[in-house]
Amino acid sequence: MKNIFLFIRRYLTFLSFLLLQVAAIVMLSNSSKTHQSFFASAANEVTGNINKHYSGFRDYFSLKETNRLLAEENVRLRNMLQSNFSVPDQSRQVFVDTLVKDTLGRSRKFTWLPAKVVGNSYTLQNNFITIERGSNQGVTKGMAAVGSSGIVGVVVETSANFSKIMSLIHRNSKVSAMLKKDESAGSIEWDGTDPGYLTLRNVTKGAKVAKGDTVLTSNYSANFPPKLMIGTVAEISSESSSNFYNLKVKTATNFFSLQYVYLVANVRYAEQVHLENNTPKTP
Amino acid sequence: MSSLLKNIIRFVVFILFQVYILNQVPPLHQYLVPYLYFLFILWLPFNINHFWLLVISFVFGLCLDYFTGTYGLHAAPCVLIAYIRPYLLNLLLPQETMEQSYIEPGHKSMGWAPYALYAGILSFVHHFYLVLIEWLQFGNFVYFLGKVAGTTAISLLMIFLAELLFNRNSRYRATN
Repeated sequence: MKNIFLFIRRYLTFLSFLLLQVAAIVMLSNSSKTHQSFFASAANEVTGNINKHYSGFRDYFSLKETNRLLAEENVRLRNMLQSNFSVPDQSRQVFVDTLVKDTLGRSRKFTWLPAKVVGNSYTLQNNFITIERGSNQGVTKGMAAVGSSGIVGVVVETSANFSKIMSLIHRNSKVSAMLKKDESAGSIEWDGTDPGYLTLRNVTKGAKVAKGDTVLTSNYSANFPPKLMIGTVAEISSESSSNFYNLKVKTATNFFSLQYVYLVANVRYAEQVHLENNTPKTP
Repeated sequence: MSSLLKNIIRFVVFILFQVYILNQVPPLHQYLVPYLYFLFILWLPFNINHFWLLVISFVFGLCLDYFTGTYGLHAAPCVLIAYIRPYLLNLLLPQETMEQSYIEPGHKSMGWAPYALYAGILSFVHHFYLVLIEWLQFGNFVYFLGKVAGTTAISLLMIFLAELLFNRNSRYRATN
Protein backbone atom coordinates (compact mmCIF):
# COMPACT_ATOMS: atom_id res chain seq x y z
CA MET A 1 0.00 0.00 0.00
CA LYS A 2 2.79 2.36 0.95
CA ASN A 3 4.58 1.58 -2.29
CA ILE A 4 1.52 2.49 -4.32
CA PHE A 5 1.35 5.90 -2.69
CA LEU A 6 5.08 6.38 -3.22
CA PHE A 7 4.69 5.44 -6.87
CA ILE A 8 1.81 7.90 -7.35
CA ARG A 9 3.74 10.63 -5.55
CA ARG A 10 6.80 10.08 -7.67
CA TYR A 11 5.06 10.04 -11.03
CA LEU A 12 2.33 12.55 -10.18
CA THR A 13 3.04 14.87 -13.10
CA PHE A 14 3.31 12.06 -15.63
CA LEU A 15 0.09 10.44 -14.39
CA SER A 16 -1.79 13.73 -14.45
CA PHE A 17 -0.43 14.36 -17.95
CA LEU A 18 -1.81 10.99 -19.09
CA LEU A 19 -5.11 11.61 -17.33
CA LEU A 20 -5.62 15.03 -18.97
CA GLN A 21 -4.63 13.68 -22.40
CA VAL A 22 -7.11 10.82 -22.11
CA ALA A 23 -9.81 13.23 -20.93
CA ALA A 24 -9.21 15.50 -23.93
CA ILE A 25 -9.24 12.64 -26.44
CA VAL A 26 -12.39 11.11 -24.94
CA MET A 27 -14.16 14.47 -25.07
CA LEU A 28 -13.07 14.94 -28.67
CA SER A 29 -14.25 11.53 -29.83
CA ASN A 30 -17.55 11.93 -27.98
CA SER A 31 -18.21 15.40 -29.29
CA SER A 32 -17.55 14.60 -32.93
CA LYS A 33 -19.80 11.55 -32.76
CA THR A 34 -22.82 12.92 -30.98
CA HIS A 35 -22.21 16.65 -30.59
CA GLN A 36 -23.10 16.34 -26.95
CA SER A 37 -20.56 16.35 -24.18
CA PHE A 38 -21.57 16.62 -20.59
CA PHE A 39 -21.47 20.36 -20.07
CA ALA A 40 -21.63 21.44 -23.66
CA SER A 41 -25.01 23.12 -23.32
CA ALA A 42 -23.97 25.20 -20.33
CA ALA A 43 -20.85 26.46 -22.07
CA ASN A 44 -22.78 27.04 -25.24
CA GLU A 45 -24.88 29.54 -23.29
CA VAL A 46 -21.75 31.33 -21.97
CA THR A 47 -19.82 31.50 -25.24
CA GLY A 48 -23.08 32.31 -27.02
CA ASN A 49 -23.49 35.39 -24.83
CA ILE A 50 -19.95 36.58 -25.58
CA ASN A 51 -20.52 35.98 -29.28
CA LYS A 52 -23.74 37.98 -29.08
CA HIS A 53 -22.02 41.08 -27.69
CA TYR A 54 -19.25 40.82 -30.26
CA SER A 55 -21.63 40.40 -33.17
CA GLY A 56 -23.81 43.25 -31.89
CA PHE A 57 -20.88 45.54 -32.39
CA ARG A 58 -19.66 43.96 -35.64
CA ASP A 59 -23.09 44.10 -37.27
CA TYR A 60 -22.75 47.82 -37.98
CA PHE A 61 -20.01 47.12 -40.49
CA SER A 62 -22.18 44.86 -42.61
CA LEU A 63 -25.50 46.75 -42.52
CA LYS A 64 -25.21 47.74 -46.15
CA GLU A 65 -24.61 44.21 -47.37
CA THR A 66 -27.42 42.84 -45.19
CA ASN A 67 -29.81 45.45 -46.53
CA ARG A 68 -28.93 44.60 -50.09
CA LEU A 69 -29.47 40.87 -49.50
CA LEU A 70 -32.81 41.47 -47.78
CA ALA A 71 -33.97 43.77 -50.55
CA GLU A 72 -33.04 41.20 -53.17
CA GLU A 73 -34.88 38.53 -51.29
CA ASN A 74 -37.95 40.74 -50.85
CA VAL A 75 -38.09 41.29 -54.58
CA ARG A 76 -37.84 37.58 -55.20
CA LEU A 77 -40.60 36.84 -52.68
CA ARG A 78 -42.85 39.63 -53.92
CA ASN A 79 -42.61 38.14 -57.36
CA MET A 80 -44.04 34.94 -55.96
CA LEU A 81 -47.04 36.56 -54.25
CA GLN A 82 -50.34 35.05 -55.20
CA SER A 83 -51.71 38.46 -56.11
CA ASN A 84 -49.24 38.63 -58.97
CA PHE A 85 -50.92 35.71 -60.62
CA SER A 86 -54.48 36.07 -61.69
CA VAL A 87 -56.39 34.76 -64.63
CA PRO A 88 -58.22 37.65 -66.29
CA ASP A 89 -61.44 35.83 -67.07
CA GLN A 90 -62.13 34.49 -63.60
CA SER A 91 -64.11 36.48 -61.11
CA ARG A 92 -62.12 35.50 -58.00
CA GLN A 93 -58.50 35.03 -57.10
CA VAL A 94 -57.04 31.91 -55.57
CA PHE A 95 -55.26 32.38 -52.27
CA VAL A 96 -53.11 29.81 -50.54
CA ASP A 97 -53.94 29.92 -46.85
CA THR A 98 -51.28 29.43 -44.21
CA LEU A 99 -53.33 27.27 -41.86
CA VAL A 100 -52.24 23.76 -41.05
CA LYS A 101 -54.69 22.54 -43.65
CA ASP A 102 -55.21 24.92 -46.53
CA THR A 103 -58.30 25.34 -48.65
CA LEU A 104 -57.16 22.80 -51.20
CA GLY A 105 -56.87 20.14 -48.51
CA ARG A 106 -53.05 20.04 -48.60
CA SER A 107 -51.51 19.77 -45.16
CA ARG A 108 -48.47 21.76 -44.16
CA LYS A 109 -45.18 19.87 -43.83
CA PHE A 110 -42.56 22.60 -43.33
CA THR A 111 -42.65 25.67 -41.06
CA TRP A 112 -40.05 28.45 -41.19
CA LEU A 113 -38.54 30.46 -38.32
CA PRO A 114 -36.10 33.38 -38.56
CA ALA A 115 -32.90 33.46 -36.47
CA LYS A 116 -30.01 35.87 -36.03
CA VAL A 117 -26.45 34.61 -36.46
CA VAL A 118 -24.24 35.53 -33.49
CA GLY A 119 -21.22 33.32 -34.15
CA ASN A 120 -19.73 31.93 -37.33
CA SER A 121 -16.49 30.13 -38.16
CA TYR A 122 -15.20 29.27 -41.61
CA THR A 123 -11.44 28.92 -41.26
CA LEU A 124 -11.41 25.62 -39.36
CA GLN A 125 -12.03 22.04 -40.38
CA ASN A 126 -15.15 21.74 -38.21
CA ASN A 127 -17.14 24.89 -38.72
CA PHE A 128 -20.19 25.75 -36.68
CA ILE A 129 -22.64 28.66 -36.69
CA THR A 130 -24.20 29.91 -33.45
CA ILE A 131 -27.65 31.49 -33.64
CA GLU A 132 -29.63 33.34 -31.02
CA ARG A 133 -32.70 31.15 -30.90
CA GLY A 134 -32.90 28.06 -28.71
CA SER A 135 -35.20 25.37 -27.44
CA ASN A 136 -37.31 27.99 -25.60
CA GLN A 137 -38.08 29.53 -28.98
CA GLY A 138 -38.97 26.27 -30.66
CA VAL A 139 -35.66 25.09 -32.11
CA THR A 140 -35.11 21.34 -32.08
CA LYS A 141 -32.19 19.20 -33.19
CA GLY A 142 -32.25 18.22 -36.84
CA MET A 143 -33.87 21.41 -38.12
CA ALA A 144 -32.50 22.64 -41.43
CA ALA A 145 -30.94 26.12 -41.73
CA VAL A 146 -31.39 28.09 -44.92
CA GLY A 147 -29.86 31.45 -45.80
CA SER A 148 -31.31 34.05 -48.11
CA SER A 149 -29.50 32.67 -51.15
CA GLY A 150 -29.02 28.98 -50.35
CA ILE A 151 -28.92 26.32 -47.66
CA VAL A 152 -26.53 26.71 -44.71
CA GLY A 153 -26.54 23.60 -42.48
CA VAL A 154 -28.31 21.52 -39.87
CA VAL A 155 -29.00 22.27 -36.16
CA VAL A 156 -26.95 19.87 -34.02
CA GLU A 157 -27.13 21.32 -30.51
CA THR A 158 -29.60 23.54 -28.67
CA SER A 159 -29.57 25.30 -25.32
CA ALA A 160 -32.29 27.50 -23.82
CA ASN A 161 -31.60 30.57 -25.96
CA PHE A 162 -28.87 29.57 -28.43
CA SER A 163 -28.37 26.84 -30.97
CA LYS A 164 -25.42 25.50 -32.88
CA ILE A 165 -25.65 24.76 -36.59
CA MET A 166 -23.25 22.33 -38.26
CA SER A 167 -22.33 24.36 -41.31
CA LEU A 168 -22.15 22.80 -44.81
CA ILE A 169 -18.42 23.47 -44.59
CA HIS A 170 -17.91 20.93 -41.78
CA ARG A 171 -15.95 17.76 -42.49
CA ASN A 172 -18.80 15.57 -41.20
CA SER A 173 -21.63 17.37 -42.93
CA LYS A 174 -23.64 15.42 -45.50
CA VAL A 175 -26.76 16.61 -47.31
CA SER A 176 -28.76 14.83 -49.97
CA ALA A 177 -28.77 16.81 -53.22
CA MET A 178 -29.77 16.55 -56.87
CA LEU A 179 -29.09 18.21 -60.20
CA LYS A 180 -31.85 20.53 -61.29
CA LYS A 181 -31.65 19.40 -64.91
CA ASP A 182 -32.42 15.70 -64.66
CA GLU A 183 -32.98 15.22 -60.92
CA SER A 184 -30.20 12.65 -60.50
CA ALA A 185 -29.38 12.46 -56.80
CA GLY A 186 -26.06 12.60 -54.98
CA SER A 187 -24.73 13.80 -51.67
CA ILE A 188 -23.08 17.12 -50.83
CA GLU A 189 -19.96 16.96 -48.67
CA TRP A 190 -16.96 19.17 -47.98
CA ASP A 191 -13.34 18.13 -48.55
CA GLY A 192 -11.95 20.70 -46.13
CA THR A 193 -9.92 22.72 -48.60
CA ASP A 194 -11.85 25.76 -49.80
CA PRO A 195 -14.89 27.20 -47.97
CA GLY A 196 -16.27 28.47 -51.28
CA TYR A 197 -16.62 25.03 -52.84
CA LEU A 198 -18.40 21.80 -51.87
CA THR A 199 -18.17 18.32 -53.39
CA LEU A 200 -21.14 16.53 -54.90
CA ARG A 201 -20.51 12.77 -54.83
CA ASN A 202 -22.35 9.72 -56.06
CA VAL A 203 -23.91 11.27 -59.14
CA THR A 204 -24.21 8.49 -61.72
CA LYS A 205 -22.22 8.85 -64.93
CA GLY A 206 -25.48 8.48 -66.83
CA ALA A 207 -26.47 12.00 -65.76
CA LYS A 208 -25.87 14.80 -68.22
CA VAL A 209 -23.82 17.37 -66.35
CA ALA A 210 -22.41 20.62 -67.63
CA LYS A 211 -20.50 23.42 -65.93
CA GLY A 212 -22.87 25.96 -64.40
CA ASP A 213 -25.69 23.48 -63.74
CA THR A 214 -27.77 24.22 -60.66
CA VAL A 215 -27.64 21.86 -57.67
CA LEU A 216 -30.73 21.70 -55.44
CA THR A 217 -31.72 19.78 -52.30
CA SER A 218 -33.33 16.47 -53.17
CA ASN A 219 -36.65 14.95 -52.23
CA TYR A 220 -34.92 12.32 -50.10
CA SER A 221 -33.75 14.62 -47.31
CA ALA A 222 -35.65 14.51 -44.03
CA ASN A 223 -34.48 17.95 -42.84
CA PHE A 224 -34.48 20.04 -46.00
CA PRO A 225 -37.51 20.93 -48.11
CA PRO A 226 -36.97 19.79 -51.70
CA LYS A 227 -35.62 22.09 -54.42
CA LEU A 228 -33.75 24.66 -52.34
CA MET A 229 -30.66 26.20 -53.91
CA ILE A 230 -27.26 24.74 -52.91
CA GLY A 231 -24.93 26.01 -55.62
CA THR A 232 -23.72 25.63 -59.18
CA VAL A 233 -21.37 23.06 -60.70
CA ALA A 234 -17.89 24.54 -61.12
CA GLU A 235 -15.77 21.58 -62.13
CA ILE A 236 -16.50 18.05 -63.35
CA SER A 237 -14.16 15.14 -62.71
CA SER A 238 -14.86 11.45 -62.95
CA GLU A 239 -13.03 8.63 -61.24
CA SER A 240 -12.17 5.95 -63.75
CA SER A 241 -12.53 3.24 -61.12
CA SER A 242 -16.12 4.00 -60.18
CA ASN A 243 -19.40 4.71 -61.85
CA PHE A 244 -19.83 8.13 -60.31
CA TYR A 245 -18.90 11.72 -60.99
CA ASN A 246 -17.10 13.95 -58.51
CA LEU A 247 -18.51 17.42 -58.98
CA LYS A 248 -17.06 20.58 -57.48
CA VAL A 249 -19.92 22.87 -56.51
CA LYS A 250 -19.67 26.62 -55.92
CA THR A 251 -21.84 27.43 -52.90
CA ALA A 252 -24.76 29.77 -53.37
CA THR A 253 -24.49 30.88 -49.73
CA ASN A 254 -21.64 33.20 -48.87
CA PHE A 255 -20.40 31.65 -45.62
CA PHE A 256 -18.14 34.63 -44.88
CA SER A 257 -20.99 37.09 -44.34
CA LEU A 258 -23.93 35.28 -42.76
CA GLN A 259 -26.24 37.57 -40.78
CA TYR A 260 -29.63 35.87 -40.65
CA VAL A 261 -30.78 32.34 -41.35
CA TYR A 262 -34.18 30.67 -41.54
CA LEU A 263 -34.77 27.46 -39.66
CA VAL A 264 -37.02 24.92 -41.34
CA ALA A 265 -38.91 22.41 -39.22
CA ASN A 266 -40.30 19.30 -40.83
CA VAL A 267 -43.51 18.41 -38.97
CA ARG A 268 -43.04 14.73 -39.85
CA TYR A 269 -39.26 14.63 -39.25
CA ALA A 270 -39.37 12.34 -36.20
CA GLU A 271 -41.74 9.95 -37.90
CA GLN A 272 -39.62 9.68 -41.06
CA VAL A 273 -36.32 9.25 -39.22
CA HIS A 274 -37.84 6.68 -36.88
CA LEU A 275 -39.13 4.63 -39.79
CA GLU A 276 -35.86 4.89 -41.72
CA ASN A 277 -33.79 3.79 -38.72
CA ASN A 278 -36.00 0.88 -37.75
CA THR A 279 -36.09 -1.07 -40.94
CA PRO A 280 -35.84 -4.79 -40.11
CA LYS A 281 -32.48 -6.19 -41.07
CA THR A 282 -33.78 -9.39 -42.63
CA PRO A 283 -36.47 -9.03 -45.25
CA MET B 1 1.20 44.30 -11.39
CA SER B 2 1.42 40.89 -9.79
CA SER B 3 2.38 37.91 -11.90
CA LEU B 4 -0.95 36.21 -11.21
CA LEU B 5 -3.06 39.17 -12.34
CA LYS B 6 -0.89 39.63 -15.42
CA ASN B 7 -1.35 36.02 -16.46
CA ILE B 8 -5.11 36.11 -15.87
CA ILE B 9 -5.37 39.10 -18.20
CA ARG B 10 -3.17 37.32 -20.77
CA PHE B 11 -5.39 34.22 -20.55
CA VAL B 12 -8.47 36.23 -21.55
CA VAL B 13 -6.71 38.36 -24.15
CA PHE B 14 -5.08 35.40 -25.93
CA ILE B 15 -8.39 33.49 -26.13
CA LEU B 16 -10.33 36.50 -27.43
CA PHE B 17 -7.54 37.42 -29.88
CA GLN B 18 -7.48 33.88 -31.29
CA VAL B 19 -11.28 33.57 -31.54
CA TYR B 20 -12.25 37.02 -32.75
CA ILE B 21 -9.26 38.06 -34.83
CA LEU B 22 -7.16 35.12 -36.03
CA ASN B 23 -10.08 32.73 -36.57
CA GLN B 24 -11.89 35.44 -38.55
CA VAL B 25 -9.05 35.88 -41.03
CA PRO B 26 -10.23 34.66 -44.43
CA PRO B 27 -8.29 31.49 -45.31
CA LEU B 28 -5.16 32.40 -47.26
CA HIS B 29 -4.34 28.84 -48.18
CA GLN B 30 -5.46 25.46 -46.91
CA TYR B 31 -2.07 24.91 -45.24
CA LEU B 32 -1.83 28.26 -43.48
CA VAL B 33 -3.91 28.57 -40.33
CA PRO B 34 -2.82 31.34 -37.97
CA TYR B 35 -2.43 30.05 -34.39
CA LEU B 36 -0.97 32.22 -31.66
CA TYR B 37 -2.97 31.37 -28.54
CA PHE B 38 -0.48 28.79 -27.20
CA LEU B 39 2.06 31.60 -26.65
CA PHE B 40 0.26 32.01 -23.31
CA ILE B 41 1.71 28.67 -22.18
CA LEU B 42 5.18 29.63 -23.48
CA TRP B 43 5.08 32.83 -21.45
CA LEU B 44 4.07 31.31 -18.09
CA PRO B 45 6.63 31.88 -15.30
CA PHE B 46 9.70 29.66 -14.83
CA ASN B 47 8.91 28.64 -11.28
CA ILE B 48 5.37 27.37 -11.82
CA ASN B 49 4.57 23.92 -10.40
CA HIS B 50 4.58 21.26 -13.14
CA PHE B 51 1.24 19.82 -12.04
CA TRP B 52 -0.50 23.20 -12.07
CA LEU B 53 1.11 24.00 -15.41
CA LEU B 54 -0.66 20.94 -16.87
CA VAL B 55 -4.01 21.86 -15.30
CA ILE B 56 -3.83 25.49 -16.43
CA SER B 57 -2.95 24.45 -19.99
CA PHE B 58 -5.83 21.98 -20.08
CA VAL B 59 -8.33 24.60 -18.93
CA PHE B 60 -6.85 27.13 -21.36
CA GLY B 61 -7.16 24.77 -24.33
CA LEU B 62 -10.67 23.79 -23.30
CA CYS B 63 -11.77 27.45 -23.15
CA LEU B 64 -10.75 27.88 -26.79
CA ASP B 65 -12.54 24.64 -27.65
CA TYR B 66 -15.80 25.98 -26.30
CA PHE B 67 -15.63 28.82 -28.81
CA THR B 68 -14.77 26.62 -31.78
CA GLY B 69 -17.15 23.80 -30.79
CA THR B 70 -14.54 21.04 -30.89
CA TYR B 71 -14.30 19.86 -27.29
CA GLY B 72 -10.78 18.57 -26.60
CA LEU B 73 -9.14 19.35 -29.94
CA HIS B 74 -6.98 22.19 -28.62
CA ALA B 75 -6.81 20.96 -25.01
CA ALA B 76 -4.79 17.86 -25.94
CA PRO B 77 -1.88 19.66 -27.70
CA CYS B 78 -1.81 22.31 -24.95
CA VAL B 79 -1.34 19.66 -22.27
CA LEU B 80 1.39 18.01 -24.36
CA ILE B 81 3.48 21.17 -24.75
CA ALA B 82 2.93 22.01 -21.07
CA TYR B 83 4.33 18.59 -20.19
CA ILE B 84 7.41 19.02 -22.39
CA ARG B 85 8.09 22.66 -21.41
CA PRO B 86 10.05 22.22 -18.12
CA TYR B 87 12.34 19.53 -19.60
CA LEU B 88 13.06 21.73 -22.62
CA LEU B 89 13.78 24.73 -20.40
CA ASN B 90 16.16 22.63 -18.31
CA LEU B 91 18.09 21.73 -21.47
CA LEU B 92 18.22 25.28 -22.78
CA LEU B 93 18.97 26.97 -19.45
CA PRO B 94 21.87 25.16 -17.82
CA GLN B 95 22.89 28.03 -15.54
CA GLU B 96 21.13 28.21 -12.24
CA THR B 97 21.64 31.97 -11.97
CA MET B 98 19.67 32.90 -15.08
CA GLU B 99 16.64 31.07 -13.86
CA GLN B 100 16.56 33.00 -10.63
CA SER B 101 16.99 36.50 -11.95
CA TYR B 102 14.21 36.44 -14.57
CA ILE B 103 10.57 35.56 -14.10
CA GLU B 104 9.43 34.14 -17.41
CA PRO B 105 10.88 32.85 -20.72
CA GLY B 106 11.60 35.52 -23.30
CA HIS B 107 14.35 36.70 -25.61
CA LYS B 108 15.78 38.84 -22.83
CA SER B 109 16.02 36.10 -20.25
CA MET B 110 17.21 33.35 -22.60
CA GLY B 111 18.86 35.11 -25.55
CA TRP B 112 17.44 35.09 -29.08
CA ALA B 113 18.82 31.75 -30.29
CA PRO B 114 17.72 29.52 -27.36
CA TYR B 115 14.38 31.33 -27.25
CA ALA B 116 13.82 30.74 -30.96
CA LEU B 117 14.64 27.06 -30.49
CA TYR B 118 12.28 26.88 -27.50
CA ALA B 119 9.40 28.54 -29.37
CA GLY B 120 10.12 26.59 -32.55
CA ILE B 121 10.15 23.16 -30.92
CA LEU B 122 7.03 23.78 -28.85
CA SER B 123 5.00 25.24 -31.72
CA PHE B 124 6.09 22.40 -34.00
CA VAL B 125 5.03 19.82 -31.39
CA HIS B 126 1.75 21.65 -30.84
CA HIS B 127 0.84 21.78 -34.53
CA PHE B 128 2.10 18.25 -35.20
CA TYR B 129 -0.20 16.85 -32.53
CA LEU B 130 -3.13 19.13 -33.41
CA VAL B 131 -3.03 18.27 -37.10
CA LEU B 132 -2.43 14.60 -36.27
CA ILE B 133 -5.72 14.48 -34.37
CA GLU B 134 -7.50 16.19 -37.27
CA TRP B 135 -5.76 13.93 -39.75
CA LEU B 136 -6.89 10.76 -37.95
CA GLN B 137 -10.45 11.97 -38.26
CA PHE B 138 -10.20 12.59 -42.00
CA GLY B 139 -6.91 11.60 -43.54
CA ASN B 140 -4.66 12.72 -46.36
CA PHE B 141 -0.92 12.50 -45.73
CA VAL B 142 0.27 15.31 -48.01
CA TYR B 143 -2.25 17.61 -46.37
CA PHE B 144 -0.89 16.57 -42.97
CA LEU B 145 2.77 17.38 -43.79
CA GLY B 146 1.97 20.62 -45.59
CA LYS B 147 -0.30 21.88 -42.87
CA VAL B 148 2.18 21.17 -40.04
CA ALA B 149 4.98 22.96 -41.91
CA GLY B 150 2.88 25.92 -43.04
CA THR B 151 1.19 26.44 -39.70
CA THR B 152 4.46 26.23 -37.74
CA ALA B 153 6.07 28.80 -40.02
CA ILE B 154 3.25 31.30 -39.67
CA SER B 155 3.05 30.77 -35.88
CA LEU B 156 6.78 31.42 -35.48
CA LEU B 157 6.47 34.57 -37.55
CA MET B 158 3.68 35.82 -35.29
CA ILE B 159 5.57 34.88 -32.10
CA PHE B 160 8.54 37.01 -33.21
CA LEU B 161 6.25 39.88 -34.14
CA ALA B 162 4.67 39.61 -30.69
CA GLU B 163 8.11 39.65 -29.05
CA LEU B 164 9.12 42.75 -30.98
CA LEU B 165 5.82 44.57 -30.43
CA PHE B 166 5.36 43.91 -26.74
CA ASN B 167 8.42 44.77 -24.77
CA ARG B 168 7.75 42.56 -21.77
CA ASN B 169 10.06 43.84 -19.11
CA SER B 170 10.86 40.42 -17.71
CA ARG B 171 12.20 42.31 -14.74
CA TYR B 172 14.54 41.17 -12.05
CA ARG B 173 12.79 39.78 -9.08
CA ALA B 174 12.54 42.27 -6.20
CA THR B 175 13.62 39.86 -3.49
CA ASN B 176 17.23 38.58 -3.59
